[in-house]
Amino acid sequence: MSSARTPGVVRDAVDGPVKTGPSGGPRTRARGHRTDYLLYVAGKLGGAAVSLFAVLVTSFFLFRIIPGDPVKAMTHGKPTSLEQMATLRKQFGLDLPMWQQFTEYCAKALTGDLGTSYQFHAPVGELIVEKLPATLLLTGVAVLIYSTLGLWLGTRSAWRHGGLGDKVNTGVALTLWSVPSFWLGLLLIIVFSVGIGPIPGMFPSGGMQSGNETGFAHVLDVAHHMVLPVVTLVAVGYAQTLLVMRSSLLDEMGSDYLTTARAKGLRDDLVRRRHAVPNAMLPTVTMIFINLGHVAAGSILVETVFSWPGLGGLFYQALSVPDLPVVQGLFVVFAGAMILMNLLADLLYPLLDPRVGR
Amino acid sequence: MVTRIPPRTTRQPTRQRIRFRLFLASGAAATAIAAGSVIPLSPLLPAAPQAQAAPNTLNAPKALKAPMAPAAADGKKVLTVAVDQSVDSLSPFLAQTLLATSVHRLSYEYLTNYDAKDASTIPGFATKWASSPDKLTWTFTIRDDSKWSDGKQATAEDAAWTFNKMMTDPNAATANGSFTSNFKKVTAPDPTQLVIELKKPQATMTSLDVPIVPKHIWENVDDFSKFNNDKKFPIVGNGPYVIEDFKVDQYIRLKPNKDFWRGAPKFDELVFRYYKDKDAAVAALQKGEVSFVSGLTPAQAAALGNAENIKVNDAPGRRFFALATNPGAKAKDGEKFGNGHKALLDPDVRKALFHAVDRKTIVDKVFQGHAVEGQGYIPPRFDSYFWQPSDTQKIDYDPAKAADLLDKAGYEKNGSGKRVGDDGKPLNFRILCHATDPNDKAVGKYLQEWWGDLGIGLEVECLDNVSDPWLAGNYDLAFDGWSVNPDPDFVLSIHTCGALPATAKDTGATDNFICDKQYDDLYAKQAVEYDVAKRTDLVKQIQSRLYDTGYMNVMVYPNAVEAYRTDQIKSITTMPEAAGNIWGQDGYWSWWSAVPADGTGEASSDSGSSTGTVIGIGAAVVVVAALGLFFMMRRRSTAEDRE
Repeated sequence: MSSARTPGVVRDAVDGPVKTGPSGGPRTRARGHRTDYLLYVAGKLGGAAVSLFAVLVTSFFLFRIIPGDPVKAMTHGKPTSLEQMATLRKQFGLDLPMWQQFTEYCAKALTGDLGTSYQFHAPVGELIVEKLPATLLLTGVAVLIYSTLGLWLGTRSAWRHGGLGDKVNTGVALTLWSVPSFWLGLLLIIVFSVGIGPIPGMFPSGGMQSGNETGFAHVLDVAHHMVLPVVTLVAVGYAQTLLVMRSSLLDEMGSDYLTTARAKGLRDDLVRRRHAVPNAMLPTVTMIFINLGHVAAGSILVETVFSWPGLGGLFYQALSVPDLPVVQGLFVVFAGAMILMNLLADLLYPLLDPRVGR
Repeated sequence: MVTRIPPRTTRQPTRQRIRFRLFLASGAAATAIAAGSVIPLSPLLPAAPQAQAAPNTLNAPKALKAPMAPAAADGKKVLTVAVDQSVDSLSPFLAQTLLATSVHRLSYEYLTNYDAKDASTIPGFATKWASSPDKLTWTFTIRDDSKWSDGKQATAEDAAWTFNKMMTDPNAATANGSFTSNFKKVTAPDPTQLVIELKKPQATMTSLDVPIVPKHIWENVDDFSKFNNDKKFPIVGNGPYVIEDFKVDQYIRLKPNKDFWRGAPKFDELVFRYYKDKDAAVAALQKGEVSFVSGLTPAQAAALGNAENIKVNDAPGRRFFALATNPGAKAKDGEKFGNGHKALLDPDVRKALFHAVDRKTIVDKVFQGHAVEGQGYIPPRFDSYFWQPSDTQKIDYDPAKAADLLDKAGYEKNGSGKRVGDDGKPLNFRILCHATDPNDKAVGKYLQEWWGDLGIGLEVECLDNVSDPWLAGNYDLAFDGWSVNPDPDFVLSIHTCGALPATAKDTGATDNFICDKQYDDLYAKQAVEYDVAKRTDLVKQIQSRLYDTGYMNVMVYPNAVEAYRTDQIKSITTMPEAAGNIWGQDGYWSWWSAVPADGTGEASSDSGSSTGTVIGIGAAVVVVAALGLFFMMRRRSTAEDRE
C-alpha cells in the first residue's frame, strides 16, 4: 500500500517513538492513530467493494430498460430471414429467460468476462482495452492540464480578488465554461485546422494518427492530433477547478495564521504558497479526483467532433443498438473508475488534513 | 533580512507541506512535460487562453505549409474517403453494416456484378450462367483469370466451399444466410464450374451478393461466430483492392490488387478514414485531408457548392421516403394486435390523406431541392423496375378532392371545423417519427398543417426508438423508408403475408403488416420468373397493386448528396453512370475507376516527413523549455528556503 510510504501518521508510527512525530506524542498515541487510519482505510475499502458490486448488478437491469430489439436493429435494411434472426438471438443468449441471462452474466462478470459484443462479435473486455488507452491519453492529459491551470489561476484570482485580473480571469473562465464543447471544437477545427483568412490550417481535423508512422514520429503525430481536442477540453473545463480553488482560498484568507505568517516577516508569495494554498486544497483535491474519475468515461461530444477513437464513441454507438454487453461493460468500467478515484481521494485526505479520519 | 523562528507547533505541518509541495511540484512538472509533448506548437506556460492565442498564431506560418504540401514525399496517390459508420466485422460471414459490406465488395469477388450503366447483372467471378429447364439447377462458369492475392488460383471450389459453409454452419449464415436458404446442394465438378441445386425456383440467382472467400484460408477457422478476420494482414482476397490494415474507428487501408482481372485501380492507396462528425468531415474535405465525403445535408452542400476544387454530386438516391398506414396489425395465426386507428381501414380515408400531401413543397422546402417527387415504390434510378401510376390511379395533390372523399366516407366537419365520425369522435391520428431524423419532423409539421386544414388532427410522435411501438402495431401512421437493391426481391418481400410474425408475440420480417392476396400472387410469380423482361413486368404490376392498396405512399426519393475534391480525383464513375452516386454503389465501380488528378499526390493523410520534422523540432523546443522552467522553479524554491 502506498500509505506506508507517504508522510504523516503511519510513517511516524513506523519510525518509532524515538523521533519526534507530527503528533509529537508518545508511542501509544501513534499506535492509536495507526489503528484509526487502518480502520478508516478498511471502511473505505469495504464501501468501495459494496459500491462496485451494486454497480455490477445494476448495470444488468438498468440497460434492459432501453427499448429496442438488438437483432432487429442490427439487421435492419439487409435481406434477413427469420432463421438468421433466430440464430443471432441464440448466439446472444437473448432466447433465454431473464433470470438465466442474469445468472450467466454474474458468473461471467465475476471471472472478469464481460461477455461478447452483439455488433462487433468480439469480447467486450477486448473492445474496451483496445479503446481505453486513447481515452485515457486524451482526457487524462486534458484533466492534468486544466487542473493545474485552474489551481494556478484560481490561486492568483483569490489572492488579488476584486482586482481587474480576477474579474477578467473568472469572466473568461465562466464564459468558456458555458460554451458547448462540440461547438467550440468545431470552431477550432474551422479556424485552426481548415484555416481562416491569415490563419493557416495547422492541425489535423480529426482522428488520432495520420498513417503508418512508427516510433518517435508516431508519438509526435499523435501529439499533433491531440492539440485541438485537448485545447477544447481544457478551455471548457478549467473554470471548475479555478472557481473551487478561488472560493476555498478566499475562505482561508481572513484566517489568523496568515496574519501570523506575515508577522513573521514571510514574503507575501511564501505566505500564499506555504500557508494559504495547502489549507485551501482539500475541496479542490476532491474536485480533481472526481475529474480523474471521469477520465475513463472520456467525453462523448469531444471524441465525436474530433473522431477520437475512444470509449465515449463506443458507448454512444453501443447505446444505439443497444449492444447490451458493451453498454454493461462500459458502465461497470466508468463507475469502477469513479469508485476507485473516490477511494483514492478518501485515502489521501487524512494525509492532507490529519483531522480527517480520526 | 528575515529571521525564521518557526514555533514548535507549526514545525511538523511545515515539513509536511514541503513534502506536499514537492508532490505538487513534481505533479506540475509531469503535467508540463506531458503538455510539452502534447502541444508541440503552443506555448506551455499556463496562461489565460486569450494570452495563448498570440504566440500560437506567431508560431503558425512555418509549421503550416507542410500538411498542405501538394505532393507527398514518396509521391503516392492516396484516395481518402471520409466515413462514419463502424465496421462490425471484417468477416464476410458476419458483416452487416454498409461500410463493411462495401469493403468486402472491394476485396472479394461475388459471382455476379451490376452494370454501372443500369444496374443490370453482368459477369463477376462467374463469366456466364445458365439454368436447367426445370429451373432447379444453375450452372455458373467460373473465370480462370482470377487469383487470390497470395498467388493461388481462385476456383469454383472456393465458391462451392463458401456456399456449403453457409448452408451447414448457422454461425456462417449470420450475414448472408438468406441467399442460401433455398439451396439444396452446391458442388464444383471442375475448377471452372459451379453447380447449385435449388429446392424451388429462385429468380434472384443472378444477384447473390455473397463474397466468395479463399477456401485454403478459411477452412482453418474454428468458430465463425467469433472470427472477425482482422488479425492477420494483408487479408487474402481477389477483388480490385486488398485490405492492408484496419484500426477500429480510425481507418481501413487498402492497396490496389495489381493482378485484378478487370485491371488494377489507378490510385496507389485507398483509405477509409473516420470522421464521426459530418461537419468535421466537411472541414477535412475543405482542407484537403480527405478526397470524398458522402451524406451531406442541404446546408453543407450549399456551403461546399462554391468552394474551389470541390465538386458536389447531387445524385438520385436509392431510398424512398414514404407514409405507411397501419392496416390493422395481425399475425400469421390471424390474431390481431396493436391499436391502429379504425378510420384508416377505410381506403377513402387513406386516399384523402394522401391527396392532401403536397410533394412539391416537401421536395422544395424540406429537402431543399435534393429529392425527387415520389411515385412508385422503386426509385427511378433503377430504370428498368421503375413504375409510375397511370393518370386514373394517381393520387395527386388535391385538397378539394380529399375533403370530398372524407365527406363521402362519412367524416363530415362539425361546427368547429373538425371531421367527426359516426361515433361522434373527432378524427385524430398519430404518426410515428424518428427523433433522429430532421426530415421526419419537418414533414410532420407540414402534415399537421395540411391535414389540419382538412379538419383532421395529427400528433407527431418522435421517438428515439420507433421499432417497439411499430412492431407492436401501436401506431396509426409512420414515416417509412428503405434502401432498394438492384434486385427488388427483398423490398417486395416485406409486404407479403409470409412476412407477418408467426404469432402476436413474435417478430416478423414484415414492414407494415400488409397482407394482400393479389399482391402475394404476383410476388410468388416474379420470384420464380427467370425471364428478365417478364419478371420486370411482374415487378411493375406488384408496385401498381401496392399503390392501389393505399397502405403506403411514397412522398419523395431523397438524393444522395456527396462531394469530392477535383484536385485529387480527376474522374470517377457514378452509378448509374449518367447521373448517379459514388458512395454505396452496388458494384466497386467508383473506387475501382477513380483516376488521380495530375500532380496532386495525396490528401495529406500522411503528413509527410517535412511536417514531422517541423513538429519534432517544435516539440523538442517545448520539452526543453518545460524542463528549463521546471529547474528554474526548483532553484527558486530552494533559494527561498535558503533565505
